[in-house]
Amino acid sequence: MAAPRAQHPFTASSHERTKLFREKVARNLMLVAALALIVPVLAIIVYLFYKASPVLSFSYIIDDPGPMGKSGGIWLPLMGTFYLVLTSLFIVAPIGILAGIYLNEYAPDNWLTRAIGMAVTSLAGVPSIVHAMFGVGAFVAFMKMGESLIAAACTIAVMTIPVIVTATREALAAVPMSFREACWNMGATKWQTTRTIVLPNSVSGILTGVILEVSRAAGETAPILFTGAAASVAINTSSLDRKLVPYDLDDKFMALSYHLYMVADKIAGMPEEMKFGVAAVLIALILSINSVSIALRSWLRSRKKW
Amino acid sequence: MADGKTSSIRALGSRLLDRAEPLIKGVIYVSGWSSILFVAAIFFFIFKEAAPVLSSVDWGSFFFENRWIPNPADENKAPSYGAAGIIYGTFAITVVSMLIAMPLGLAAAVYISEFATGKTKEILKILVELLAAIPSIIWGFIGLVIMSPIIQWVFGVEVGVNLFNASLMVAFMAIPLIVSISEDSLRAVPDSYREAALALGASRWEMIYRVLFPAAKNGLLAAAMLGVGRAVGETMAVWMASGGTEQFGLLFDRVKAMTATIASEMKDTAHGDEHYQMLFVIGIVLLIICVIINVLSDLVIKGVKKKHS
Repeated sequence: MAAPRAQHPFTASSHERTKLFREKVARNLMLVAALALIVPVLAIIVYLFYKASPVLSFSYIIDDPGPMGKSGGIWLPLMGTFYLVLTSLFIVAPIGILAGIYLNEYAPDNWLTRAIGMAVTSLAGVPSIVHAMFGVGAFVAFMKMGESLIAAACTIAVMTIPVIVTATREALAAVPMSFREACWNMGATKWQTTRTIVLPNSVSGILTGVILEVSRAAGETAPILFTGAAASVAINTSSLDRKLVPYDLDDKFMALSYHLYMVADKIAGMPEEMKFGVAAVLIALILSINSVSIALRSWLRSRKKW
Repeated sequence: MADGKTSSIRALGSRLLDRAEPLIKGVIYVSGWSSILFVAAIFFFIFKEAAPVLSSVDWGSFFFENRWIPNPADENKAPSYGAAGIIYGTFAITVVSMLIAMPLGLAAAVYISEFATGKTKEILKILVELLAAIPSIIWGFIGLVIMSPIIQWVFGVEVGVNLFNASLMVAFMAIPLIVSISEDSLRAVPDSYREAALALGASRWEMIYRVLFPAAKNGLLAAAMLGVGRAVGETMAVWMASGGTEQFGLLFDRVKAMTATIASEMKDTAHGDEHYQMLFVIGIVLLIICVIINVLSDLVIKGVKKKHS
C-alpha cells in the first residue's frame, strides 16, 4: 500500500477547476452566438447566388425588363438606382460635408451645437417610412415636384445626411490639433487652415462616408415607394443616349430595390430565377460598395503618419 | 512656361478662395444649422398632412379598438380607424425580435471584444459591418421567399409569413447595431478594471459579468434602446415577412405593423382624404416613439463617454 501522494501545492483546487470550466463554457457559447449571426447569412447568400445562376449573365444586366419583369433583364432598374444615387449624392454631399466642417471646425461649444448634434441623431432615428411620408408631404405635394426622380432623390438625401455628417466629423476630428495650430501660427485664417491643412488630411475619411451614403441610398426601398419609384416605365431604349440616360429628373423611374419588391411579392407566376436574379445583383452591388469602403479605411489606417 | 502658368492659375484660385471666406463661412454655418431645419420640416410636414383629422380622431378607438376598416365594403357604413391590432403588431415584433437579438448580439459583442484576438477579431468585425449593410428589402425577400417555407417545414405551421418570421428578420437587422454599440461600450471600460479583477483571481468570465457588465451597463442599455428603435421603425422586412393581418396574433400567426400599414395602404389613398390623413397620424406616433428613443440613447452614450474620459 503506497501512501497517498502529497497534494502538489500548484495543483488547481476543485474551486479553480469549476471556474475554468465555466469560463470555457461561456467562451464557447459566445463563439457559437457570433457564428450564429454569420454562418446562416453566408449560407443564404450562397444559396441566393446558386438559385440566381441560371439568369445571371451579361445580357441579364444590359437588357430591359420584359412584361412585368417575368423575362428580360434589369437594365432600367439598374440605371434608375444609379441616377437616384447620383442625384441624391449631388444634394447631400455638399450639405453633409459642410455641416461636418461646421460641427468640427466652427461650432462653439454651446446649446445650439448640442441641438444640431441632437438633430443629426434624430434624423438618423426617423423610420424610413416616415421619411417617405415627409417626402410625399414636402417634395411631391408642397414643392409640386410630383412623383419623380428628383423628389425621391431629395427624400433619400434628407435621410442620409447623418451618414455623411458623422463620417466627415470623425474624419476631421482625427486630424491632430497641432496641425491646425501650426497653420494658425503662420497667420492663416480659419478657412485657409481648413482648406489647405484639415481637408487634404481627412479627404479619404470623408470619402468613406460618401461611399456609405451610396450604399444606403442604393438599398433603400421605403423612401422611394410613394415619391417616384414605378413598377414599370414606358421608355424606348433603342437609341444609345436613351439607353445610358433613360430618365429625366421629373420622370418616374424603376429602381433595383423596388423592382425586387415587385417581382418577389406582387406578381403571380413569377419565375423563381428572376426573383433571385434581382436579389443577387442588389446584394452583390451593396456588399461590393461596402467592401470598397472598408478596404479604403484599412488602407488609410495603415499609412497614417501621426 | 506651362508650369509657371498653372502655378499662377492656382495662386489666383487660392486667392479667390481666400477672398470668398465670408461667403463660404456663411454657407458652412447654414449647412451646419440645416439638420435642425430638416428635423423641424419633418415634424411640420407630418403634422401638416395629418392636421385636418387630428381634432376629430377618436383616440380611445384609435389606441384600444382593433377595427381598422378604412374602406368599408358596405358604402353606408362610416370607415373606422381602430389601430390597436396594428400597434400590437409593432409591439409584438419589437419584443420578440429583441428577445432574439439582445442575447445573441451581446454575446457576439463580448466574444469580439474580450475573447477574439488578432485576425479573428478583424474578420468578425468586418463581417458584422457587412451584415449591417444588407438592406431591408433583402431581409424582406429572405423572409418571404427563403425563411417562410423553412418555418412551415420546421414548425409544421400553415403560414410561413408570421410574427416569428418578421421578428427573426428584424432581429438580424438589429443585431449588427447592438453588437457595435455594445462593443464600443465594453471597450470604453478602462483596462485597469480588467487588470484589477484578474489580479484578484477572477476568471475571465467572472471578470466579464461581475466587472465589465456593471461598468458598461449604460452603453449596453443604449444598445438595447437603439435596437428597439430599429425594430419599431423597420418597414420593408416587416411588411413582407409578417403576413399583414391586423390581429392579436401569437408567434405563428399573421400580424401587421404600423410601418407596414403605412407602406401598403398609402398608394390606395387619394392625397388629402381621411384615410391618407389617418396614415399620417400613425406616422406621428412612429416619429415620436423613434425620436424619443434615439435622443435618449444618445444622451446615455454621451454620459458614458464623459464618465470614462
